[in-house]
Amino acid sequence: MPVSVLLILGMGAAVGFISGLFGIGGGFLMTPLLIFLGIPPAVAVATQSAQIVASSTTSVLGALRRNALDHKLGAILVAGGFVGSALGVWFFAAARRAGQLDLVIVISYVTLFTIVGSLMLKESIREFWHRRKGGTVRLRRKAGEHAPYLGWPLRMRFYRSKLYVSVIPILGLSLFIGFAGALLGIGGGFIVVPALLYVFRVPTTVVVGTSQFQIVCTTLVALILHAVTNQAVDMVLAILLIVGGVFGAQFGARMGRHLRAELFRFLLALLLLAVGLRFGLELVLKPEEPFSISVQEVRS
Amino acid sequence: MRALGPLLFLVASLAPAQAETLITSLSNHRVLINSNYTGTQIAVFGAIERDAQTVARATGYDVVVTVRGPRQFLTVRERERLGPVWINQEQQKFPSVPAYISVMTSRPIAEITSDQLRQRQKVGLEAIINANDFTYARDGADKPFREALHRLKAQEGLYLEDERGVTFLTPSIFRAGIPLPATAPPGNYDVDVTLFADTVILARTSTDFELVKTGFEERIGVVARDWSLFYGLATAVIAIFFGWLANVIFRRD
Repeated sequence: MPVSVLLILGMGAAVGFISGLFGIGGGFLMTPLLIFLGIPPAVAVATQSAQIVASSTTSVLGALRRNALDHKLGAILVAGGFVGSALGVWFFAAARRAGQLDLVIVISYVTLFTIVGSLMLKESIREFWHRRKGGTVRLRRKAGEHAPYLGWPLRMRFYRSKLYVSVIPILGLSLFIGFAGALLGIGGGFIVVPALLYVFRVPTTVVVGTSQFQIVCTTLVALILHAVTNQAVDMVLAILLIVGGVFGAQFGARMGRHLRAELFRFLLALLLLAVGLRFGLELVLKPEEPFSISVQEVRS
Repeated sequence: MRALGPLLFLVASLAPAQAETLITSLSNHRVLINSNYTGTQIAVFGAIERDAQTVARATGYDVVVTVRGPRQFLTVRERERLGPVWINQEQQKFPSVPAYISVMTSRPIAEITSDQLRQRQKVGLEAIINANDFTYARDGADKPFREALHRLKAQEGLYLEDERGVTFLTPSIFRAGIPLPATAPPGNYDVDVTLFADTVILARTSTDFELVKTGFEERIGVVARDWSLFYGLATAVIAIFFGWLANVIFRRD
């Protein structure tokens, strides 16, 4: 696949910058970009997981030093994530054999991005509105104010997160993230963080560190499984993405401190919707060349 | 027994099959390509030798050089409209087709020999692709897939036919250049040279060459395929190392 080295480095840096700006992994942006560039979706998804491992390693190490990590919650998330990851890689291979992998990836991106993007857009507009009217947005936990499924059986106490909830919804969340991550080449931080924050009401101090801890573990498993099952990991491409991303992210993070939070979320929502729309068009427009060849096996 | 001797002699002198012999040679039997390879050419040289009894042909000779690359199992899929979206629906499997085919001829192939002979002997790109053993037939439903395979492969420069690809240097010595694009996969390439005169096949020879990838990328490719667990672990270690490095370099406290 002849793709310019400088282009990949530049794209890695640009996406890294955005991810640093928004404090997200950037996989959900990089994988679509690689696909739009003409890299086979299988390779894009599998290789991008290496970049996610690198960027979340950086944030986990930072979180460990600041002690902003709930180990127990992290471990539960990782357990669910492992199962989800394995299922995701298995499903990926099955869809690839059936010749429908591209379709699965595109449809998942459209669905996920449209839903998450519109939720975020709604949230950020409402927040913006509140602030204009002078009110403050309340994000504090009230006694007895819990979603009912948090009280399901198998309750567990997480001291660091000040939580006493059933592990079933937590495992379900991490299973889903692991599955989506392995299938789509995303870390899933942009889903885990809001979910932990708004649904489980985990304190902001430990949310990012804990979710990054889960992402680094599950993506690591996904990366190795992709290399073994699908042989779709491209080491050279991975290194280029990592190098570009690492530096871009640092500058983005520096820039991000001067941006307002609700503007943040508004821009991110627009970005998500735009990528979702771009994928949607690909699905709906008549293809120029309806035929495609895939090599099942090389015989010598 | 005594009567048989002259008869055998008569039969032998009548058989025209051995009248011309074809001698061919490749410029190279091993093509080494590295990562900045942008394509190359291999030359085929040939000479036509006529034995003493054969008279010169009035029509002159024609040569067809056919090169077939390593075999692949391919699936060609067709996107069709299903409700609002376009998805892969119909597919056709090609169990063992050459990844690369080039046909070099000294004249347009239709002028060299008849349709029937081309179909039967698989002479020319069309005949090879439309041959029965190329893919399984489905009462004409296989036709668009054969055409699509031809079209897509031709776009990559992997299936080609050149009606001026063979040049005669003298009436009995010729050369042909086989173009090998950067997308040509490594493996064994069979070269068939067929000699025609007056629409009839006079002689055939075959030889082969090997395309070998060398260098860093190829070594990585081998590791990724044969030691995939090691490869995955190595990529993971590299990723973690870079993550740690970034953490050390950009530490803020």
